[in-house]
Amino acid sequence: MNRYPLWKNVFVAIVILIGLIYTIPNFFGESPAVQITPAKSTTKLDSALLGQVESVFQQENIAYDGVYLDARGVKARFANTDTQIRAKDVLQARLGSDYTVALNLLSRSPDWLRSVGAKPMYLGLDLRGGVHFLLQVDMKAALSKAAERFVGDFRLALRKERISYVGVSREGETVQINFNDEAELIKAKAIIGKEYPNLTLTESSNGSERVLKASLNLVEQKRIQDFAIKQNIQTLHNRINELGVAEPIIQQQGADRVVVQLPGVQDTAKAKDILGRTATLEIRLVDEDKTDAATLEKAANGQAPLGDDVFKDRDGQPVLVKKSVALTGDYITDAGPGVDSQSGRNTVNVTLDARGARIFQQVTRENVGKRLAILLIEKGSTEVITAPTINEEIGGGRVQISGMANTQEATDISLLLRAGALAAPMDIIEERTVGPSMGQDNINRGIHSTLWGFAAIAVMMMVYYMAFGAVSVAALAINLLLLVAILSMLQATLTLPGLAAIALALGMAIDANVLINERVREELRNGNTPQASIHAGYDRAWDTILDSNVTTLIAGLALFMFGTGPIKGFAVVHVLGILTSMFSAVLVSRAMVNFMYGYRRKLSQLSIGQIFRA
Amino acid sequence: MELFRIKNDIPFMSYGRLTTAISLITFVLAVVFLVTRGLNFGVDFTGGTIMEVNYPQAANLENVRKAVDSIGLKEATVQNFGSSHDVLIRLPVKAGVSVSQLSEQVKSALVTADPKAEVRRVESVGAQVGDELYENGGLALFFVSLGIVLYLWLRFEWRFAVAAIIANMHDVVIILGFFAFFQWEFNLTVLAAILAVLGYSVNESVVVFDRVRENFRKMRKASVVQVIDNAITRTMSRTIITHTMTQTMVGSMLLFGGEVLHNFALALTIGILFGIYSSVLVACPIAMWLGVSRANLIGDVEKKDDAAKSGKKADVAEPHPSDFA
Repeated sequence: MNRYPLWKNVFVAIVILIGLIYTIPNFFGESPAVQITPAKSTTKLDSALLGQVESVFQQENIAYDGVYLDARGVKARFANTDTQIRAKDVLQARLGSDYTVALNLLSRSPDWLRSVGAKPMYLGLDLRGGVHFLLQVDMKAALSKAAERFVGDFRLALRKERISYVGVSREGETVQINFNDEAELIKAKAIIGKEYPNLTLTESSNGSERVLKASLNLVEQKRIQDFAIKQNIQTLHNRINELGVAEPIIQQQGADRVVVQLPGVQDTAKAKDILGRTATLEIRLVDEDKTDAATLEKAANGQAPLGDDVFKDRDGQPVLVKKSVALTGDYITDAGPGVDSQSGRNTVNVTLDARGARIFQQVTRENVGKRLAILLIEKGSTEVITAPTINEEIGGGRVQISGMANTQEATDISLLLRAGALAAPMDIIEERTVGPSMGQDNINRGIHSTLWGFAAIAVMMMVYYMAFGAVSVAALAINLLLLVAILSMLQATLTLPGLAAIALALGMAIDANVLINERVREELRNGNTPQASIHAGYDRAWDTILDSNVTTLIAGLALFMFGTGPIKGFAVVHVLGILTSMFSAVLVSRAMVNFMYGYRRKLSQLSIGQIFRA
Repeated sequence: MELFRIKNDIPFMSYGRLTTAISLITFVLAVVFLVTRGLNFGVDFTGGTIMEVNYPQAANLENVRKAVDSIGLKEATVQNFGSSHDVLIRLPVKAGVSVSQLSEQVKSALVTADPKAEVRRVESVGAQVGDELYENGGLALFFVSLGIVLYLWLRFEWRFAVAAIIANMHDVVIILGFFAFFQWEFNLTVLAAILAVLGYSVNESVVVFDRVRENFRKMRKASVVQVIDNAITRTMSRTIITHTMTQTMVGSMLLFGGEVLHNFALALTIGILFGIYSSVLVACPIAMWLGVSRANLIGDVEKKDDAAKSGKKADVAEPHPSDFA
C-alpha cells in the first residue's frame, strides 16, 4: 500500500506550516514609517527615547499606527505619507541633531509574526527604488601617500643619527636616498632596516652617488590597502548617517571596491556630493587673549576679531581660534581611545608622522598652558571637536588628548579623527538609479508574469493529468510558498531578475511532476495495478529527477560564484527554487497521492487522464 | 487526454544524418552572424550609460536629442520604447568624465529642456567594470560546462558527458547567433538566461540518457540503435509537455515582464526551443557515434545483475538507493 509513516506526514505538514507563517508577512504590505536612530554612538538607545517619541506625537497630535523599539532604533508607523513626513519634520526639530530621523517603509504584519522573526522579503533597489553605487578606491594614491610619509620619516631618522645624505625623494611608491659615501649608506640601511622591517631595501649606483631604494613589501602594501578601504568605509558610514537613509548598505567588494546602496534616495546629486566630499582636519590655537565676555558675545553672533575665526564646539559654545593653521589632519597616521595611566581618565591617543611630530613639538613648546582646538571641516562647515589645554611640550608624535567624558566619547572622537577624511580618493565606477514608480512597476511585472504563467500551467496540467495534475499544481503552489518563505527567512535581497527566477523555477519545477505522472501512466500501460504503478512511478522517476536537478544546480552555483549584482540575485533564487522543488514535487505530491489512493484496498483506476493500452 | 499514442518506436537514429546536417547548418549560420555582425553588448559589458526618461505627454525626441547634444554628447542615441511617453537614452563612455558626473549632466540638461521630465532609471557602468563582467561571464560559462561534464561523467560515462555538452554548447551558440542576427541587446540578464538554459537543457539529455541506461538493462537482445530509439520515444511525451509548461511561464514573462525582462525571456525561449531538439536529436547521435554500448555503460552492474538473477527474479523493481520518495 502507498502510505507514508506518520512521522513523514507530520514532517511535511510542519514544513508547510512553517512555510505559511513566514510567507504571510508578504501579504500585509508596508506602511510609511519613520525610523529614529542615534546619530552618535554615545547617545543611548533605550525605552526613554520611545517614551519621548510617543509624547512628541501626543503633543503634536500626530496619529500613529504603532511605535516600537528594536536593536537599531525606534520605529513608528503611520497611515499615510503626509503624516509620515510631518512626523519626520516634527521629530527632527524636537530631538535635535543627536538623532537621525529617516523615512522608511515598515511591514504592516501583526506583532506576533514579528516576534517569531517573520518579515517580508527584502526588496532590492530595482523593486523599491533607490541608488546603487560602486566605488573604486584609488590604491595607488594610498600607497603614494604612505611613501610620502616615509620621505619625512627618513630625513628625520638620518639627521638624528647624524648620517650625511645628499637627498631623499619619492618616485611612485618607492623612496630613494642618495649618499656620497658607501659607509653612510651601510649605516643608514642598518637603521632603516631595523626601524621599518616592512620595507624592502635595495642598493644601486647613480654616477658617483650611491642610492638606497626603499619600497613597500607585499605585506606592508596589503596592510596599507586594507587600512585605506576600512577607513573609507568608516567615513562613508559617517557621511551616509547624515543623509538620513533608513537601511543603507555599505560593503567592501573585492580588494579595492565599496558598494553603497541607498534605498529610497532620489536626490542622486546630493548623494554623490556627500559621498565624494573631502573632509579635513585642522589643529589651530585658541586665541586666549580674547576670551572676555564682550568679545565672546560678539563672536557668538558671528563677529570674529581680526585674525581670528569663530567656530562652535560640540556643545554649541563659540570658540575663537587663530586663523593660522598649526597642523593639518594629513599628518595623523592613527588615532585610538586610551586611558591615562596616572589619572585614569579617558583619552584619545593620536599618532603623528615624523614631520607632523616635529611641527607639533614646536607648537606645544611655545604654547604651554594655552588651548589647542581640533577642527573638522566638512562641506564648508567647521566644528570644534575638542579644545584641550596643552600641559607640556609634546614630542615624538604621540599626542594624548585628555578631557574625554567617557570611553564612548573617546572612541567616537578617535573615529572622527580617523574617519573624518578619506584615506584614499574614490571614484564612482557604476551607478544604478531606479525611481520609486519604476520599482512598483517592476514588482507588478514580476508578479503578473508569475501568476499568469502559473495559472496557465495549472489549467494545462489539470486538463491533461486530471487528479494527478491537480496534485502537481498543489505541489507547485507549495513550492512557491516554500520558496517565498525561505527568501523571507534568509532576508536575501530580491531583485527583478530574482522575481524572474521565481517564475522560471516554477516553470522548471513542473518537470519533476511531469516525469512522475508520465512514469505512472507508463506503468499502468504496462498492465500494473494502480497501487504498484504509483509506487514504481515515483521510485523510478526519482533517479531522473535527482540527476536533472543536479545539473541545474551546477549552473546555478556557477552563476552565484561569478555573477555580480543582478546575476547573483537571480542565482540565489534559482538555486533555492531547485531545492524546494525537489521537496515539494516528490515528497509533498507523494503525500497527497497517498492520502487520495494509498488507503483504498480495492483501487481499480487512477484519475490521471486517459491511457491507451498498447 | 493523451496526446502521444505511439505504438512502435520512432527510428530517430536513422535520421541521424539529417538532424546533424540541420544542426551543422544552423550552427555555422550562427557563427557567421556572430563573426560578421557581432553581439550588441549592453552597457553592462561595454560601459556607458542608459537612462529611461518618462514624460507626461508624448515625448518630443528632437528636443531630447537637442538637450543631450547641448552638453556635447553627439554619440548619444535617443529612442522611444514601450510607449511614446518613454524615452531611452544611451551614452557611450566618455574619456575624462566619470560615469556619475555624466549622468548628472544629462539629467540637468533634460530637466532644463523640459521640467516635467522624470528620470526613472539610470544605469552607468565604467569601462573597467564592463571588462570584468565580460571576463566573469566567460568564466561562469566555462565552469558550468566543466561541472556538467564532470557530473555526467561520474553518473554515466564520458561519451554521454561529451555528447551532452556538445549538444548544449551548440544551443548556446545558436542563442548568441540569434542575438547577433537581430542585434538584440546582450546584457547581464541575458547571460544569466543562457547559463540557466544550459543547466536546463542538459536535464533533457539526462532524462533520455537515464532511459538509455535503463533500457540497456531491460532490453538485453536489442541493438544500441533500438535501445536509443526506444528511450527517446518513451520520453517524448514528457519532453514535450515539460517544455510546453516551461515555455508557458517564459511566455508569460515575455508578455508581462516589461523592458528589463524582455531579452531575458527571449533568450530562454530560443534556448528552450532548440534545447528540445538538440539535447535529444544531437546528443544521442553523438553519443552513439562515440561508441556508447551496453558494456561500457553498465559493465559491472551487468555482472551483479546476473548474479542476482540466479538467485531470484531481477525484473520486478531495481533497488533504488534513495528512501526519499
